[in-house]
Amino acid sequence: MIATSLPRLLHSAGSRPQSWSQHLKIFGPLAIPSSLSHVLCEAGLRGRGGAAFPTHQKVQLVASDRSRRKYVVVNAMEGEPASHKDRSLVSAHPHLVLDGALALAKEVGAKDIAVCIARENTAVANCMERAIHERERHDNRGVTIELHTPPGRYIAGEESGLVHWLDDDKTLPQFRPVKPSILRIGRGSVLVDNAETHANVALIARYGAEWFRSLGTTNHPGTALVSISGAVKRPTVLEVALGTPLREILACAGYVDTPRALLLGGYGGTWIDGCHVDTPYDNDALAALQASVGAGVIVVLGAESCGVTETYNISRWMANESARQCGPCAFGLPALSESLAQLSGAVGDPATALKQLRARAEVINGRGACKHPDGVVRMVLSALRVFNDDIAEHARGRACRFAANSRFATVPRLEREGDLVWG
Amino acid sequence: MGVRRRTESLRLRVDPIMCDGYGHCRELAPELVTLDEWGYPILSEQTFVATRKDLIHSAQLAVRGCPRQALWLEQFGPRN
Repeated sequence: MIATSLPRLLHSAGSRPQSWSQHLKIFGPLAIPSSLSHVLCEAGLRGRGGAAFPTHQKVQLVASDRSRRKYVVVNAMEGEPASHKDRSLVSAHPHLVLDGALALAKEVGAKDIAVCIARENTAVANCMERAIHERERHDNRGVTIELHTPPGRYIAGEESGLVHWLDDDKTLPQFRPVKPSILRIGRGSVLVDNAETHANVALIARYGAEWFRSLGTTNHPGTALVSISGAVKRPTVLEVALGTPLREILACAGYVDTPRALLLGGYGGTWIDGCHVDTPYDNDALAALQASVGAGVIVVLGAESCGVTETYNISRWMANESARQCGPCAFGLPALSESLAQLSGAVGDPATALKQLRARAEVINGRGACKHPDGVVRMVLSALRVFNDDIAEHARGRACRFAANSRFATVPRLEREGDLVWG
Repeated sequence: MGVRRRTESLRLRVDPIMCDGYGHCRELAPELVTLDEWGYPILSEQTFVATRKDLIHSAQLAVRGCPRQALWLEQFGPRN
């Protein structure tokens, strides 16, 4: 039994993945409670992939479905460039993730587990493959575990896109007009959860809801993995109790000043001003700033970086990552980043560009099959709120003081300019 | 139409993946559809009551006239 204190998920995580015997020594054998979804309900576990959907509801939805074949999918795709939590978790405790998947498989009555890791993360995929082989020798509980390596695009990690890959070899999101809906492989229903959620399920199945609630807030109990990057000294993955003030989290990564701004939740997340650095890190407190924990990403914008330029870089990358299925996303996102370019480069008339930017953001919002365009719009609109001064400066036509020494640099470079075909 | 008698309100909806921006819906149901700058339809979010026969008629024209079959009429019963 591990202690109630931190870290839980990254408990005794070393440089090598824990083998099966080490795993048993640390966490003990897995005894799955008979009514796991009730325990999960009591624990109040919410999905850690970004949407924070209550896990027990998802489990009950799939468990009550009457299809003959069911699947459990572990989503460790992590297409978000600023996020490293899933690969840290899987390469530290692959067996913990598999435990959670086995527990959920028993609860919903699934006989197949698919673990999805991006093709580019070969090291992580190798860790998981070895763990799966160890399972097959020791303790697979009659469940087939398969490793899948879809190509690691941003969109491939979206749950419907991931299921589409498993079903039909295409990483394109599906349109679901009625929500919540059950995703399907063939006729079988699928339960998709983030790898971190699975690991949390494994811990709750072992130690119970009471133990899980001993950290975190009442509404958002438990711990969360946070990937901190940007202008910090040590970009790291940390495990924090939900409700910890942001300042403490930043201090753990070696950043003690007041930052200029923080990007929370990921590239489709929200910018918040650096003065809100004492806000507790949980969805209730962050909702006041129209932000959320999201996928557990914190990107720090240092004092000498230009918010508009960074927002432009991110939006351009996100526009390129669109699956190009829906018109408003395929054409709208490049147009959005084009407006931002006009604003940051002061090409043309910046005031018109700003007006156009707002109009375009409003038009695009909510009109894609998945939430990809909505996330970009949310990020851009929050940038307009937070970087008001920067934008005013740009709109007056002055050259940006900071654009040259931006230290953000987590946006992967587009390999060819022509990638942005629809621009 | 027994089904529609129990319908209180309707809404025109679009499958954004199917939609290729032909723009027929704008021609057929101009009171329900506007186009964005790239030619894709923006459907009015508001539901309309089932007694508006004119709106139902043009919505049905739009649904039938869509070359990609991307539109459908969503019906809401009295409960919602």
